[in-house]
Parts: sequence; structure tokens; C-alpha cells
Amino acid sequence: MFQNLKVRVALILAVILVGVGFLYRNYQRPGPDGKPMRQIVTLGLDLQGGSHLALEIDESKVALAPEQRKDAIDRALKVVRTRVDELGVAEPVVQQAGNDRIIVELAGIHDEQRAKAVIQKTAFLTFQKVRPVTDLQPVLPRLDRAIAQATGAKAAPAPAAPAAQSPVGGIFQPAGGAQTDTASGAKPLSSKLAPASESEFVVAKKDIAAVERYLKLPVVQSLLPRGTELRWGFEEKGEEFRRLYLLESREMLTGEHLEQAQAQSDPQTMRPVVVFEMNRRGARLLQKATSANIGKQMAIVLDEKVYSAPTIQSEISDRGQIDLGGASLEEASDLALVLRAGALPAPLRVVEERTVGPSLGADSIEKGRLAGIIGVSMVVLMMIGYYRLSGLFAVLGLSVYVLLVLAGLAALDATLTFPGIAGLVLSIGMAVDANVLIFERIREELSAGRSARTAVTEGFQHALSAIVDSNLTTLITAMILYYAGTGPVKGFAVTLSIGLIASMFTAIFVTRTLFMLYVERRAAAQSLSI
Amino acid sequence: MRVFENASYPFLDWRKRAYVISAVLILAGIAAMAVNYARIGSWMNYGVDFTGGTIVQLDFARPTSVEEIRAAAARAGHSDWEITRFGNADEFVVRMPSFEQEAGQDAGNRVAQALSQSYQQGAYDVVRTEAVGPKVGSELQLKALWAILLSFGATLIYLAFRFEWRFGMAAVIATAHDILITLGFLAATRTEISLGTVAALLTIVGYSLNDTIVVFDRIRENLHKPRRGSHLQLLNTSINETLSRTVLTGGSTLATLLALYIFGGPVIRDFALVLILGIIVGTFSSIFVAAPALFEIERRWPRAPQQGTARPTASARAGRATTAV
Repeated sequence: MFQNLKVRVALILAVILVGVGFLYRNYQRPGPDGKPMRQIVTLGLDLQGGSHLALEIDESKVALAPEQRKDAIDRALKVVRTRVDELGVAEPVVQQAGNDRIIVELAGIHDEQRAKAVIQKTAFLTFQKVRPVTDLQPVLPRLDRAIAQATGAKAAPAPAAPAAQSPVGGIFQPAGGAQTDTASGAKPLSSKLAPASESEFVVAKKDIAAVERYLKLPVVQSLLPRGTELRWGFEEKGEEFRRLYLLESREMLTGEHLEQAQAQSDPQTMRPVVVFEMNRRGARLLQKATSANIGKQMAIVLDEKVYSAPTIQSEISDRGQIDLGGASLEEASDLALVLRAGALPAPLRVVEERTVGPSLGADSIEKGRLAGIIGVSMVVLMMIGYYRLSGLFAVLGLSVYVLLVLAGLAALDATLTFPGIAGLVLSIGMAVDANVLIFERIREELSAGRSARTAVTEGFQHALSAIVDSNLTTLITAMILYYAGTGPVKGFAVTLSIGLIASMFTAIFVTRTLFMLYVERRAAAQSLSI
Repeated sequence: MRVFENASYPFLDWRKRAYVISAVLILAGIAAMAVNYARIGSWMNYGVDFTGGTIVQLDFARPTSVEEIRAAAARAGHSDWEITRFGNADEFVVRMPSFEQEAGQDAGNRVAQALSQSYQQGAYDVVRTEAVGPKVGSELQLKALWAILLSFGATLIYLAFRFEWRFGMAAVIATAHDILITLGFLAATRTEISLGTVAALLTIVGYSLNDTIVVFDRIRENLHKPRRGSHLQLLNTSINETLSRTVLTGGSTLATLLALYIFGGPVIRDFALVLILGIIVGTFSSIFVAAPALFEIERRWPRAPQQGTARPTASARAGRATTAV
């Protein structure tokens, strides 16, 4: 087919132009700062540096029925995407993988700790009424008895091994060694609680672990006044104690009603705070709640920790602030970010993490480039040395081949990974194969006595079946690799696949056109530089 | 320049010797795997991709040794961390069997904390971390296995369709042979098996098939031509005719892999090594294993003779002669 030489040349030039077009489009594509990125192909994480995270719903912290799971992942995906977008990373990738996993890829990130924290923060915000300490005090003797019974029954239970997840949160830090309760006796709990004001208790740092353990006992939950729960204040840096509040379980409003959140510096205390604004419904609820509770305290609770419990002085309707204690402005902005994006429907946990520093990435690019140049040069020398002029045709075909592969990657918006570079170099070695098959065949036909033109035609004809069959089977394995692999391996499979298809085109079409151009003028020639 | 032009080696006559070599290599590989099993409890040296765990790569500013780092880790209570040198003189990899993603405790931080007693701040950089949870690890194991089996299956079907089932079976045997020998080599050298290694193995499957199919394509072509000589000779001729191509393609692919091995740095080096081995073995199998396998299969399950296409071979004629007696 395509016997007309002019048509063939035109087609090849057209393909080259389209290829260059794709590369140019990538080159000029604006990055996050609006300026062209000057990258002809997107680099993978292992070349740019960056983080790859796989997250799943943390089933140890929340129990979800299977129907709920899908919905939770969908919502979590949206929330994570919004948060990641605000991290300011160029072209972040947030995708769902399978039914229950979220993949986040952050290229060029410098502080992956912070990114993980932002992504994983559940950010469940509630506003709850604070109950006075006098509501808890009558219950304390009963709590003490129940706790003494529960802990006395087992001899100083050793805490579970650090790696196991406790039912509620993972911040439990055993003090090491056998657990003996200091100064417990008959008042295990109340001896450690000291009322610091009308509405809060404080617990000394050394007692925090013990009190936490007690509070987790189910009997404790059932003995609290109806409709209340005990919540810790958040950890303030440098404080020797932690606050404990008795809150009404029913929240007055939640983070859903938030319209806006900003980190700012409080002019009075000069400390970073997060200022938030409610939406209309939230404003109404807030107004109702504050007007009914003037003089009482309202706790602002984030992820079950009380951040502040200001006294309601007057009816507020639409804005408030969260004081973060000694946090940095960056931490405040991160919190604001997370509040804006919305709460995660369920806590997420990292199941896989791969991070590459940027220096390693740049180093890999250098090495890949060097290996690529050397490998290709060797192939070029071999082809020309062995097949002479025909080898040159093959090499020209190979140049078009490399262009097509890069353009293919650009067109598909595929990322080039380090194994991808290896795949590229390897596929050049293999692309040679198609040419070799053809040339060997041509040589055979020539030695059988055919003219140059006939030999070329026959050579391409007979080699075709071998090329197609062998390349297709390699393509099948490359596609299976794509399915089975992650990240860098997928990159390898993509480059290899594109390479196989491109090599078929260049060997069968491009090189042949060059031959036809050459043979045109020497139709009856018996010999060929091959 | 010509190589192997007009070659006429009697490859199939050497097949018994080739079987012996293959058998020896495969058995040696299995022995190496058994030794591994006895020593470390698994056939191969699986990396964190499959066992789960964490790897942290450190680049030290000044030279230190594996023993020093190991001692430092042990002092911090982590004697179960595996320290190995990685590539250049100053790069090391710390392998931790656990995958802990507690709040705020990053793998890099854990290492920094542990080593902080012995190395001051800035003595090293964390250049890479890979943390794989146990669930993900076992998933990857399954996926890798599936991938290899699936590629065999898909190939078998494709070849049965394009050639004939005997060719398909012979090709799969030749490729399985290559994979087994490569795995044996990996087991013997205790190379760490990672996702990259699996990618290399699948590439070898692809390449070996590629090679084998070229020979089979020639056999198929020669089968359709008027037969001169025995079937054995036809197989021999086919291999010889494709010999120069096999050697040349193998050579050019090896050249590019050698470039990758020498200049590609430690991350790619292991990958390239597996491929180099696989291609050498793959070329060997295309010449000495694939066609003999086909021959044995044809002998065991001969084709129904077609009308009028093949002239009776000398051996068949001899057979008839004896029965006529």
C-alpha cells in the first residue's frame, strides 16, 4: 500500500510535525506560576522528587458498613483533593485506586510531613456547650469505685504492645515497664483531677496517660451524666498540664456550617488564630445558640479536642476565632486550609508512602541521560558499521522513532519515570530488531540474485509477519505490566508500549520510504549498500 | 560485514547436551532457593515492596561504614534494622521491618531520632523513603504473580491463534525456562526482589518470546515450502537462517543494557543486570531450547499428515520399507 513515494514522504513529514507539535505544546504549557514549564515531557516523582501516598479509611478508628464505605471514600476523595490543591504543588495527582484507596502524588514537595498532616487531619469541628465542673463532681466517687474495681481486678494490666492500635486514637504512650498507679488507692480518678475554674479540670502531665486509660473504660462512659462526654483540651506547647472538659454531647453546630476560615495574627495576643465565618444557616444556628447561653461557655472542639472555650458574652452571629496557643502561623494556615476544605468523613491512614528527594531525582535524570546517549551511540555505530548505508537509513528511522516516542508520551500526558528512561533505552535496542529482520531478509534476497528493488520489496514483505508477531507479544506483556505495576513500573510499561508501536511504524514505513527514495534512481542495480 | 552468513550448525543434534546444561542451571537455581529458604525463611530476598516495611536511603556527607551505622541504630534500640551500602561510598539504605505511620512520626524522622545520638545534625541527608504497609505488600506479591502467569497465558493464546498450539507450548516452555534460570540466579546472588525486578522479569518474558517467535516464523515459512530433507534439518536450517539476526539484535540490546548498567547508577543497575542475564539466557533458549522443544512436542503429538504437501522424508521411507518386508 502507499506506493506513491510523494504520499509516503508527505505522511512521514506530517507525523513528524504532529509529534513536534505535541512536544511544543508541553514545552509551553503554563505551570502553577503561569509561566511556561519548559518541559517537553512530564517527569515522574522519582525524577522530580516528590511524594506518593496511598491512603485508606482507618477501620481501626471507625466502623463502616460496606455501603457507607464507598460514599465515605468518594467524599474523602473530594476533601483530599481540595486540600491538596491548596498546598500549592504543581499538578498534584489525587485519584481513587480500586474501591477503597486514595492515591496522592505531590511532585516537588519539600515538606512531606506537613503534607501528610494536612491530608490526614480529620478536621471535624463542633461547637459544644460546656458543663460546669459541679456537674461532674457528684459522680466522681462512683467513677472512682468503678475504676478501682475495673483496674484492681486485673493486676496492673500492661498496656498493649506499642504497635497495636488501641480502640480510641493512637496517642497512648506507655510510660514503660509495669504500670503502677501513683497515689491511687481509693480515688484513682478524682485524685488526678483538679478543678482549675468553673468549667475545666486540669490533669498533671505525669497523670495524663493514666487518666486517658481510665476514660476509655466503658463503665466510665456509662456513669457520666446523661448526654455528656469528657474531652481533653489540646496540647499546649510547654504546659505542664492538660485541661479536661465536661461537654454536652449534642453539638450546637459543626464545621459544615463554616463558610470561610483564615489564619491571622490576633492583635491583642499577637498569636496566630484562625478566624472563621459561618454560612447563613450556620449564622442562624450560632445566633440561636449564643443568645440562649449568654454567660455560659461554648467549647470549640476540633477532632475531639477542645481548642478554646470562650464565655458567650453576647449574641454572636457570624464569626468567631480559634486560638491555637503557641502554634506557628504555618500551623494556623494549615488548620484554616483544612477547615475550608471540609472535614474528612472518616479518618484516613497511610498504607504506602514513597518519597524521593529532589537531589536524587536530578541525579537520576543525569545518569539516565548519560546512559541513554552512550547506549544509543553504540547502537548507531553497530548499525552503520554492519549495514553501511542501509544502516544509516535505519539510524534516521530511529531518530524519528525517538521523536515519536517522546511525542507519544507528551500526547498521552504520561509521566516519564526513571525505569521509563530505562525502557526507552531498551526499546531503542529492540527497535533495531525490526530493522535487522528486514535487512537480513534483504541480504538473503540479494544473494539469491534478485535486483536491488525487488530485494527491498521482498525483504520488507517477508519480514513483516515476524515483526508483527514478535512485537505484538511483547506489547501484550507490556500491557500486563501496566496493569500490575504502580508508579515507576507503570511508566516503564507505557514507554515500552509506545516504543513498540512507534518502532513498527518507523521500521516498516519510514525506513522503507528511505529505501524507496534511494532505489528509485538505481532500479536495475544488483547491489545495495547493506 | 557479515556474521554467521550461510551458517549451518546442527543445533538440533546438540539438543541433548543443551537439555543437560539447562537442567543443571535450573537445578542449581532451585538449590539456591532452597538454601535461601533454610537461611532466611523465604525463597528469594524479597524487598519491602513485597514484605512490607520501610526503607530509608541516606546520603552521608562524610564516609562512614555499615558497622558504625548498625552500632548507632543498636544503641537506640533498633537492632532489627538492616543497614546496607547502596551504590556510592557514602550512600546507605536502612531497612526497617515495621511500617509505622503514627501521628507525626515519619520514617525519616525515626531514623534521624535513632541516629541523633551518634551522628550530628546535617551529617547526612534523607534522599529517599519507601514505606509499604503489610496489606499493600501482600497485594503487590499477588499482582506480580498474576502478571507473570497472565503473560504466559496470553502469549499461549496468541501463538495458538497465529501459529498453532504446538508452537505456543514450545514458546512458553522456552520462556519459562528463561524465567526459572533468571530466578535461580537472583536467588543465588540474593539480589533484592522489588517491583523493578518484576518489571525486568516481565520484560525478559517479552524479549524471549520475541526472539523465539522470529525463529518460529521462519520455521512456519519453511514448512510451507517444498520439503527438502528431514524435519530435523528444516528446524536446523530455520535456526541457522535467523542466527545472524538473533545475534545482532541480542548484541544491540545488550549494548544498551551495558550502558545502563555501567552509567545508570545503583537504582538502575540491579534492573539492568536482571535484563542482561535474561537476554543472554533468552538468546540461548531461542537457539537451543525452543526448536528442540517444538521437535519433542511434534514427536509426542504428531500432526496428521496433509495430503500431497510434504514429500515423504527419508526416515518415513525407511519406515515403510521395513514394514513392507
